[in-house]
Amino acid sequence: MSLSPVPHSKRIPGKRVLAIAASAALFALAGCGKQEEAPKPAEAPQAAAPAGVTVKIGHAAPLTGGIAHLGKDNENGVRLAIDEANARGLTIGGAKITFEMLSEDDEGKENKGPIIAQKFVDAKVAGVVGHLNSGVTIPASAVYAQAGIPMISGSATNPKLTEQGFNVTFRTVGRDDQQGPAVASYLVAEFKPKTAAVVDDATSYGEGLANEVEKALKAAGVTVLPREKGKADQNDWKAILTKLRGKKPDAIFYGGMDSSAGPLLKQGRELGIKAVFAFGDGACSEKMQELAGEAAEGLICSQAGIPAMASSKSFLEAHKAKFNVDPIIYAPFTYDATNLLIAAMQKADSVDPAKYLPELAKIQLDGATGKIEFDAKGDRKDAEMTIFTMKTGKIEPLAIIKAGQSIKFEDFVKGAAPAAAEAAPAAAPAAAPAAEAPKAAEGEKK
Amino acid sequence: MDIFLQQLINGLTLGSVYAIVALGYTMVYGIIQLINFAHGEVVMVGAMVALTVIGALAKAVPGMPPFLIMGIAVACAVPVCMAVGYGMERIAYRPLRRAPRLAPLITAIGISIILQHLALLIFSRNPLSFPQILGNRMFEVAGAHISAVQIAIILGSVALMTGLTLLVYKTRLGIAMRATSENVQVAGLMGVNINRVISATFVIGAALGAIAGVMVGTYYGIAHYTMGAMLGLKAFSAAVLGGIGNLAGAMLGGILLGIVEALGAGYIGEFTDLCQVSWLAAGPLAERCADGGNFVLFGSNYQDVFAFFVLIIVLIFRPSGLLGERVSDRA
Repeated sequence: MSLSPVPHSKRIPGKRVLAIAASAALFALAGCGKQEEAPKPAEAPQAAAPAGVTVKIGHAAPLTGGIAHLGKDNENGVRLAIDEANARGLTIGGAKITFEMLSEDDEGKENKGPIIAQKFVDAKVAGVVGHLNSGVTIPASAVYAQAGIPMISGSATNPKLTEQGFNVTFRTVGRDDQQGPAVASYLVAEFKPKTAAVVDDATSYGEGLANEVEKALKAAGVTVLPREKGKADQNDWKAILTKLRGKKPDAIFYGGMDSSAGPLLKQGRELGIKAVFAFGDGACSEKMQELAGEAAEGLICSQAGIPAMASSKSFLEAHKAKFNVDPIIYAPFTYDATNLLIAAMQKADSVDPAKYLPELAKIQLDGATGKIEFDAKGDRKDAEMTIFTMKTGKIEPLAIIKAGQSIKFEDFVKGAAPAAAEAAPAAAPAAAPAAEAPKAAEGEKK
Repeated sequence: MDIFLQQLINGLTLGSVYAIVALGYTMVYGIIQLINFAHGEVVMVGAMVALTVIGALAKAVPGMPPFLIMGIAVACAVPVCMAVGYGMERIAYRPLRRAPRLAPLITAIGISIILQHLALLIFSRNPLSFPQILGNRMFEVAGAHISAVQIAIILGSVALMTGLTLLVYKTRLGIAMRATSENVQVAGLMGVNINRVISATFVIGAALGAIAGVMVGTYYGIAHYTMGAMLGLKAFSAAVLGGIGNLAGAMLGGILLGIVEALGAGYIGEFTDLCQVSWLAAGPLAERCADGGNFVLFGSNYQDVFAFFVLIIVLIFRPSGLLGERVSDRA
């Protein structure tokens, strides 16, 4: 989850993550004894009653609170995949399989993650799609790892998630640290800067992102000025910007959140700096327009993943037909995540996590969000990043970066459904009602 | 050169705001030797009230001239802050006037925390964008950019400082304030209403704080419930730098601190770039310094450190601040 409604939860300090993970691990120990029998009930009835087996797939996201609409969006993706699979009528391990979604509300709270995870373990789910927020997914992942249940998040972008060494942890979105190279490669390709300045807010998020950008810019032969640093709550950037103005950079990248990025951008333009300003996902929201006013126009920023409207046409149509709304952000990613679990089960011809996990790790699937393959850590290979710009106060996608290649957004949308000629016009209206979608999704819930 | 001029302009703007806030600290200290740590929060309240009023007016009355909106916002923020200033003196400081010095200091910190959290409850913990209704015309002077808002801030603070000086030196209230600052008991015996004078001091300081809040909000385009804390600390340092209790000292200290900060952030990195030292650049740092590389010892993130470092140096040599020795002149 990298949009800003809950930016704090994903940037939890390392120590706290460890503490939570540790307590989560303790929590999981309680359930450890059951771990071995967890898959059995799914398999055991196979022999006895090959007529039909119900396989539970867990889904967790905040379904109440400020980003409930995004949680519902994620859930819709899972529901669609499961209903499609049930309609196809799959036979796995000789038994007719009916999938069932077990959807839980983690409220986007870190401490709820392990609790929900334990609930899933106890309910003997075969796999989990979720959670939505990185801050919740990381502590929960320890519980799944203990129980050996594969977990695929369609929205958690914090690199830490897959750096824990768990072999059951996967994600279908990109990582935050893939953003840096993506922004840098876009800047290099489109603006061809000779000199660039990199500024950060001295937080682990901002500095980490700025380091990645600097590395990528240097690798592309751009001269990078000495790093300037502010504070996370800095309002006055004039001194730093004046200094930069004297060095005449062609591009300025700032690693930090919108609350400090807004003043930075505004003051930069006030000082007459003509350079292009670029930001990471922390400052990739329409809040930038509020904070920086006209100066926000034309900024460049990045987010992990692709906009929902750029996913495959068949998915968009099925989603629209089923829920009568367009997907908001991550529904295509949770849809793919669910299909990955199902496909791996089919390949292994088993719903036993221990048996289908190896298949999942080496799976190749052509999903709604494009080709999916996992690397050794469980991250998606060549995950897409999207570059946005601010156009008349709205954040609009400019390009998709995939494997270091910049693809114009319109071309990407066309390419996503090459079979249908009218793909682009069909996808375009999907962009507009995005704002109304949350309401519609809420309505659907009732 | 235009860079240097630009940094001076940046520093002067920042310093003007510090000076106005510092006046609030120094006036109160001059009269009752209390450091009113809640003064920074008064500035925040001023910004928040103005922000709310501007937002409401801009929505309710479309097409209203921006200067009128701004005027109304200031006219709302000032009385609210005056009430806050009066209230905190009446509730938190007056009952403790004869208590040991430490007691009102602690209540001051308490009031500061209370105000911050009230603002948190009312205005949320998110950074709020200060409506940019004035537009921002830019002027270019010898390669340096100065915005209309910056000019307004500098001129506004000069006007406020002049006004305050006139008030203190030319009016009956000013005479009473100066008398009180010299000796509370004797001034009381001479027929000065001590309570009224002290309340007036708080109220005037709070009014200045309110205007400073509107200035900061407009200048940066952002307001946050914690915005008063650091600003207050800087302004307090400015007051100490100039000699706390001394009006001219607060003005001088504020402007000086602003300029030192801007120049510090602008030049400290260049002056501490070890690649400029030839034997280092040729020897141990050759790898980093190649191709115009750098090895900056202290970057711009040290700008606050630099400002406080200057403060410490000044206080070592002049413990009572730059203009601090004219004790009789305080308030």
